[in-house]
Amino acid sequence: MHTKTLTEISRGLQAGDYSSQELTESYLKRIKQHTALNSFITVTEDLAIAQAKQADAMLAAGNAPVLTGVPIAHKDIFCTQGIKTSCGSKMLDNFIAPYNATVIEKFNQAGAISLGKLNMDEFAMGSSNETSFYGTVYNPWAENTVAGGSSGGSAAAVAARLISGATGTDTGGSIRQPAALCGITGLKPTYGRVSRFGMIAYASSLDQGGTMTQTAADSALMLQTMAGFDTKDSTSAEQDVPDYSANLNNSLQGLKIGLPKEFFDDSLNAEMATAIETAINEYKKMGAEIIEVSMPNLKLAIPAYYVIAPAECSANLSRMDGVRFGHRCDNPEDLNDLYIRSRGEGFGTEVKRRILVGTYALSAGYYDAYYIKAQKIRRLISNDFTEALKTVDVIMGPVTPTPAFGIGEKTKDPIEMYLADIYTIAVNLAGLPAMSVPAGFIDNKPIGLQIIGNYFDEAKLLNVAHQYQQVTDWHQQTPQGFE
Amino acid sequence: MSLTTDDVNQIAYLARLGIDHQDTSSYTQNLSDMLELVAQMQAVNTENIEPMAHPLDNIQRLRPDIITETNQRDAFQTIAPQVEDKLYLVPKVID
Repeated sequence: MHTKTLTEISRGLQAGDYSSQELTESYLKRIKQHTALNSFITVTEDLAIAQAKQADAMLAAGNAPVLTGVPIAHKDIFCTQGIKTSCGSKMLDNFIAPYNATVIEKFNQAGAISLGKLNMDEFAMGSSNETSFYGTVYNPWAENTVAGGSSGGSAAAVAARLISGATGTDTGGSIRQPAALCGITGLKPTYGRVSRFGMIAYASSLDQGGTMTQTAADSALMLQTMAGFDTKDSTSAEQDVPDYSANLNNSLQGLKIGLPKEFFDDSLNAEMATAIETAINEYKKMGAEIIEVSMPNLKLAIPAYYVIAPAECSANLSRMDGVRFGHRCDNPEDLNDLYIRSRGEGFGTEVKRRILVGTYALSAGYYDAYYIKAQKIRRLISNDFTEALKTVDVIMGPVTPTPAFGIGEKTKDPIEMYLADIYTIAVNLAGLPAMSVPAGFIDNKPIGLQIIGNYFDEAKLLNVAHQYQQVTDWHQQTPQGFE
Repeated sequence: MSLTTDDVNQIAYLARLGIDHQDTSSYTQNLSDMLELVAQMQAVNTENIEPMAHPLDNIQRLRPDIITETNQRDAFQTIAPQVEDKLYLVPKVID
């Protein structure tokens, strides 16, 4: 059953081909068989079975929503009431969330089954899942290779068919990059499209929840449930939610695809360039028109991001103080000692680096030179996208410079790890929606094609991705040992 | 821009963040590298460019001034490290 897509599973459940309980038990068994991937932090077996029984009752009664009985799992950044929500950190290893994130509520109401909480980089800070307190996630496609990050558990579990779909979050590429490295379909919606309530904050002006699935059609179903205005999130967008599945089959005849020349300069690895070109050729065959666009400020995305994101993280993570929840040090001497040691013991190295940089960038005398400057650059980058999207419908390019790298290969030099996010980060600064779609293999490791769209144009992105998946089968391939 | 270990210790104190003594030099190196990376921004002319704080340039939404939160003290304090008489306990601040 695990080879089926989320869409097929939903149809099968609605048609009564199998029960949600059967399905859930089968997936739970698979999760137990493949613990070596380290994709889960918590498996909620009893809850899943209870939810499945309820879902079967809903299905039997008729009129059950489309995700009823469908087994998925959530990145451990979404608060789940009564269930450990660690955010990949020792700091929250003992944190049992007292409430549900809006996204979790929505999936519960839709009757979806949650099989557990997925591994991730600590507080979503990382591009390889190696910063997780719970250890790295292994890429199912190649031995000793990273699954990407920060939503590495989500990507590996979907790629290994341990779940039919997963939630993820994307602050600088954390959905698209692991999706690309694990050969699955990832969607980062427009900033504000999916509620951030109960989604543990890293960088609040960049964070956005999204979907990680086998196909674009699956993504449309999940996004339909996740998206929407939420009064509990002050930056939630007051925009109607369209039917994301309605336009999947629209023709791409006359679609204007922009290729930023800055994505395809000499720094792009030759094999990656060829793979992306091959994908673009498929679009040409479908009648798309290719237009070169220019985004001159793109190279400034990484510097701007590494001021804005750490600055926001240093403020957000100040709530972790050892007083109200989370890790507390033993026998604090005084209040300062309580804060300093609780935070020092609770946070890992990468999180500390970013808190330190953010604290520095926000400190008196440096605020204008770093934080305001970065926000101005952010405007320039956003303007580049706005200008390009006046002439084209979507922008395409690679997701990553290379396929998945080896575990430990980039941990010694954090800057090298940061630079690998060159193709994804600008999208977050602009707040645009973007997808990663499986587009081939380099050295037997999957790579992704990135599709970037205009604000709230997720339906168009899904259409563009779905049509590609009608003429290619990269998204249907399963890693060896996980067939 | 290069930082010293003293700078890093001061920043860590501002952030109330304990870092192991033996790691200070590697944090100093990392932070100096990061500042070098972000220094690229300084070469760009951003005169008359409005800082972008929010991707959708939204204005903070207002809502009616009515209470929407319910009292969940018990639920919240169950997960607190140390509470007594419904209060969160910290080491003595005033003698």
